[in-house]
Amino acid sequence: MLQIKKLHKSYPIGNTSLHVLKGIDLSVEEGEMVAIMGSSGSGKSTLLNIIGMLDEADSGEYILDGLLIKNLTEKKAAVYRNKFLGFIFQSFNLINYKNALENVALPLYYQGLKRKERQELAMFHLEKVGLTNWAHHLPKELSGGQKQRVAIARALAANPKLLLADEPTGALDSTTSHEIMAFIQQLNDEGKTILMVTHEEDIANMCKRIVRLRDGIIIEDKKINQIRAGQHV
Amino acid sequence: MFDLDLWREIFQSINKNRTRSLLSGFTVAFAILLFTILFGIANGLQNTFEQEFVDTASNSIFIMSGQTSIASEGLQAGRKIQFKNEDYDYIKEEFSDKVEFITSRVFKSVNASYKNEKNSYSLIAVHPDYQFVEKNIIKEGRYINQNDIENRTKVIVIGRLVEEDLFINESSIGKYINLNGIQYKVVGTFMDEGGDDEERIIYMPLTTAQHLYGNNDYIDQMNLTYSPDLNYEQALGFSNLLTRKLKSRFSVANDDQRGIRVFNMAEATQQVDQMTLGLTVIILVIGFGTLIAGIVGISNIMIFIVKERTKEIGIRKALGATPRSIVSIILIESILITAIAGYVGLLIGVGVLELIGSGLEVYFITNPGVNNSLVFGATITLVLAGALAGYLPAQKASQIKPIVALRND
Repeated sequence: MLQIKKLHKSYPIGNTSLHVLKGIDLSVEEGEMVAIMGSSGSGKSTLLNIIGMLDEADSGEYILDGLLIKNLTEKKAAVYRNKFLGFIFQSFNLINYKNALENVALPLYYQGLKRKERQELAMFHLEKVGLTNWAHHLPKELSGGQKQRVAIARALAANPKLLLADEPTGALDSTTSHEIMAFIQQLNDEGKTILMVTHEEDIANMCKRIVRLRDGIIIEDKKINQIRAGQHV
Repeated sequence: MFDLDLWREIFQSINKNRTRSLLSGFTVAFAILLFTILFGIANGLQNTFEQEFVDTASNSIFIMSGQTSIASEGLQAGRKIQFKNEDYDYIKEEFSDKVEFITSRVFKSVNASYKNEKNSYSLIAVHPDYQFVEKNIIKEGRYINQNDIENRTKVIVIGRLVEEDLFINESSIGKYINLNGIQYKVVGTFMDEGGDDEERIIYMPLTTAQHLYGNNDYIDQMNLTYSPDLNYEQALGFSNLLTRKLKSRFSVANDDQRGIRVFNMAEATQQVDQMTLGLTVIILVIGFGTLIAGIVGISNIMIFIVKERTKEIGIRKALGATPRSIVSIILIESILITAIAGYVGLLIGVGVLELIGSGLEVYFITNPGVNNSLVFGATITLVLAGALAGYLPAQKASQIKPIVALRND
């Protein structure tokens, strides 16, 4: 599904540069649920952004679903993001003037689907996250958990191969966090590949594999026994 | 290619971000409104100037007489100079190559009556050429002609408003009007662009008036137009020569300013032309100033809007929006708003001019109005400026990495 070899990334800071990723090798199979852990500044978010084609690596190889991701034009990157990837952000990143349904339908708009199909598909996914009754509400009228569920529905709408989550529970209380995690686990059970950045141990333990980063290198990569989120609720 | 979905996105964005839309719309609308009103008022001023001088031919020369102020050739100061028919003939003969039209004038005030209607008017006794000097337009019938002059016929030509005053709902042609006890036949009516006063005048053959009112050949004033072939310098030279010749003919000292006065419209016309030029320059400065202010305003707002939308751009990019779709959504939105707002500003501006325009004549503003193509040009300039000012930051924003845009809070 995903192979990364000798990935390097540095950011310029004034005249010097900050070497964030110092040679990452990582391979993820289909159906996996991986937590990328590390303290802040370890490079975990940078790694996720490069995987998500939101950012570009300086050197190294990144193959997604058999496709080499390198020197993409903005247009191509846009198409790949739309086709392969679904994003879940810590701060939800919903468009504030669009209601839940329209937010979920947006990636479908960029896929070129007809309006009617978009509406139906978006409604289907909203139903899946249990927000049918909230379809026509604006993000500001929703709770944090509901917003994140809209965001998940949006990430799923385009039927991506890989779901990327950047601290998906970072802005939520623990009960809501576990609800969201239970839902993400359910998606994984249905076969979605999920990559998640988190710094919370208990959230990481709900995944099937933990990759630990420190100062830009992987210091640990192990499979674990998944803790079901439902047990906490 | 019409993309309904793109337009839906745009209309939603406009509708849901009303403050932003109103702000940019207001800037453009206000700039165009100011532009229209200022231009309209400036045009109104120009109209006034043109109208003040349009009713008399601009190549006119007026010759008037008075009392001498300086003793000359053994004659005392205070002598009254009186023009007579022979002076008219003299000028006509002497300057036949330079004079286009020439007429004498005798002024009277008369009480006119027809049936039960009565009123008093100014009466001017003239030669047939007067029609062209004064730019009278025949409405009905004919003007005074040479035959009238030779036979001292008792005919008159009356102004449009005289006819309106005395002949209620009937034609005056062929009817007789009583002027101070004598019946005159109306042979024509005329119009004049010089305003109402110029249309409340009665014209009579010069010789008729001379015969009936005093039985002499006195002339109060002479008007002539010089050949249009003369340029400004030549025209001035002509009127100077005319002045000198007349002064020596009447033994008036050359530096006597009162005995004989010759007024050349060319001088006044020259001044008006300069005034108009000055006005045009002011109009241009005002217009460009307003436009530049509008351009700066809309540019600022566009830059601000793109900044404000950076995060939205990041989200859209993460969801698969191409840079092109992002640029076009921002651009079309801004063009749509500025174009509509510009049109609204234009409508309001024209409306305001219509509404207050007629009340401004006291301030020397006549028919304030604007050239449509000019204002459309200004609106398009603003729309393009807004589009350009939006395009550059939108283009830049569409190229930044989504992750940077997403971090922008």
